[in-house]
Amino acid sequence: MTSVMTPAPARSTASGRPALSHRLAERGIDRTLLLLLPGLVFLVALFVYPFVYGLSLSFQPAASHKTTDALYNYKQFFHDPYQRDTIWITLKIGLPAAIINVLASIPIAYRLRGRVRGKRLLTTALVIPITLGTVLTATGMIEYFSGTGWLNRVLMSLHLTDVDHPIPLLHNYWGVMLSLIISGFPFAFLLTLSYLSGIDPSLESAAAVLGAGWFKRFRDITFPLLAPGLAMTFCLNFVLAFSVFPSAVLLGDGEGKTHVISIAAYDAAYQEYDYSKASAIAMIMAAVMLIVISVVLFGRAQLYRGSSGGKG
Amino acid sequence: MSNQRFDHLRLEKVTRRFGDKVVLDELDLHIAGGEFVALLGPSGCGKSTALNCLAGLLPLSGGGIWLDNKRVDTLPPERRGFGMVFQNYALFPHMSVRRNVGFGLRMRGVSRSETRRRVDAALRLVQLPQYADRLPGQLSGGQQQRVAIARAVVIEPPLVLMDEPLSNLDAALRLDMRTEIRRLHQSLGLTTVYVTHDQEEALSLADRLVVLREGVVQQVGTPEELYRSPANAYVAGFMGYRNLLPMTVTGGGGGLATATGHGMELTGVARGEVGGGPVIVAVRPEDFVVGEPPAGETNRVDVDIEVVEYHGRELAVQARLPQGQALLLRTPTRVARGDTVAVWVPRDHVLVFSDSGTTDGPPAEEAAGPSAGVAGTAAPNVSQARSAEADREHEVTPS
Repeated sequence: MTSVMTPAPARSTASGRPALSHRLAERGIDRTLLLLLPGLVFLVALFVYPFVYGLSLSFQPAASHKTTDALYNYKQFFHDPYQRDTIWITLKIGLPAAIINVLASIPIAYRLRGRVRGKRLLTTALVIPITLGTVLTATGMIEYFSGTGWLNRVLMSLHLTDVDHPIPLLHNYWGVMLSLIISGFPFAFLLTLSYLSGIDPSLESAAAVLGAGWFKRFRDITFPLLAPGLAMTFCLNFVLAFSVFPSAVLLGDGEGKTHVISIAAYDAAYQEYDYSKASAIAMIMAAVMLIVISVVLFGRAQLYRGSSGGKG
Repeated sequence: MSNQRFDHLRLEKVTRRFGDKVVLDELDLHIAGGEFVALLGPSGCGKSTALNCLAGLLPLSGGGIWLDNKRVDTLPPERRGFGMVFQNYALFPHMSVRRNVGFGLRMRGVSRSETRRRVDAALRLVQLPQYADRLPGQLSGGQQQRVAIARAVVIEPPLVLMDEPLSNLDAALRLDMRTEIRRLHQSLGLTTVYVTHDQEEALSLADRLVVLREGVVQQVGTPEELYRSPANAYVAGFMGYRNLLPMTVTGGGGGLATATGHGMELTGVARGEVGGGPVIVAVRPEDFVVGEPPAGETNRVDVDIEVVEYHGRELAVQARLPQGQALLLRTPTRVARGDTVAVWVPRDHVLVFSDSGTTDGPPAEEAAGPSAGVAGTAAPNVSQARSAEADREHEVTPS
């Protein structure tokens, strides 16, 4: 930031004190701060205001409830097991999905760091699910994984399963999980790949010459340097997975095992038309995400996070 | 394998190709135990490739490497037991200096107390015991490189490989570290292969030099042999013969050859076959004498002084020969820009090489000013020639 500031000329007033503009500039205040204004307006209008509005709305229960208790919506949520359990249901989908995505991205990114033939092709193939969007992915999955879809038909013709018992991969927990992996993995992979390329390859060479085999090289050198990046990757993936909505609606069973918290909020807002309750659920959702991310970032703060020497 | 001294290391027809490009062409080299050998050449000459092949970081395309009677080129790097110092230090940034230095010992299963003792000894050797608990990022470049050296020698490897270890340091520090490396080699007696593009470094450190050009060995010999009698114009260019003038032989005999060109005639020592025809005449800048020659000396020419750099006792001068060719001189005689002066050079300081068509001027940093060079230069050559080729060599790591 400081590097782009125009140094103010050292004008002095008669009293010998430097001019006000100069003193302000030394504290980082000058006209370049105006460049922040559009971003700031954007941030307030689209993020801060809706959040504060939702937060205050959640403390004003709908008139139909005939209560003055500001915490009514929150108490109701935690009192009702059906509502309360959406937190666990969502965590049970979101945490494994994020962990699987991060873990799966490590070996592939590790293999593809540096210059590898076909890297661009593979990267492109992996990025396509991001560009398609969740709904299109879900539609494709319905075609592919349904009882009469390609996968089950192939399995049937191989006599691995029969017409009466197709492998159920849709409208249940696994349908949502698969969709989250398909849409979340490319993110995890791209992030991990960029973190990995930030690690100087000569570090591994040095470890090899010093007698470390591939496993020790990974365990002692690459993994510790990669871990902070993996923590960030996990957080981003978890946030994506935790707020799962379209795929839970399209590929889950909607009521039981995949009645995730975002569906609960949607129901409150558009089935019961209780915006106040919906806001409260949204706030609870944000709080849960914040707790998980705080735990991960606290762990990350314990790691080495300095330079890892490479082109980052 | 560590802790073992050996009699000799043999490289036999070591070849490395990247695609169709031969980067290292049948390198044959015998290194005796305890010897300090420098591989010298400009960027892209194959010297880093040779070192990476020795370390096992690059597979050979052909040939073999033998440690006494044991073949090592088929072993992965972690089983060769060599020590290596990298140009960019390659210290593990997340480990303290102590853990960095102890890494190789830990990999060898050395006990904790033994590791501690040896790491302490190694850190004392490089004069950094007080920094044991720092992270590498908290050290200066010179300190980091000393840690890297300690890390390489603490395992008492049969062979230490150094890949331009000083080229990331500033000039003054480089001189200090050069002395340090020489001192370490003298006290530990570890066989060392040292890669550099800096001829001063190679001459001052090595017992033996190997000059490489485009993957082909040009000459192998002691610093003195190479300095006194370079095998060809390319090696001469590296050994301080910064004036490499294409001329034509007009006479000779008795080991001497006389050549003309650029409006002058020079007689010098013929190296190799220099029949009639094109030759390269090599003269060191400091061998020219400003003034009229004594009787009997015929190597005289008038030059126009163009650039004068003050170097204390001497001036580094760029001059023009009568037909416009640039000539570099070093002289204690005061001259000024625009002067036209007579210079001469004794016959035994002029080398005449046959022009095999492979010489295209001085191989080292050609763009450097009149002061760059070998002997008598106060400060070493600071230019850091890191070509894309050398970078590419470093990128190729085993997966």
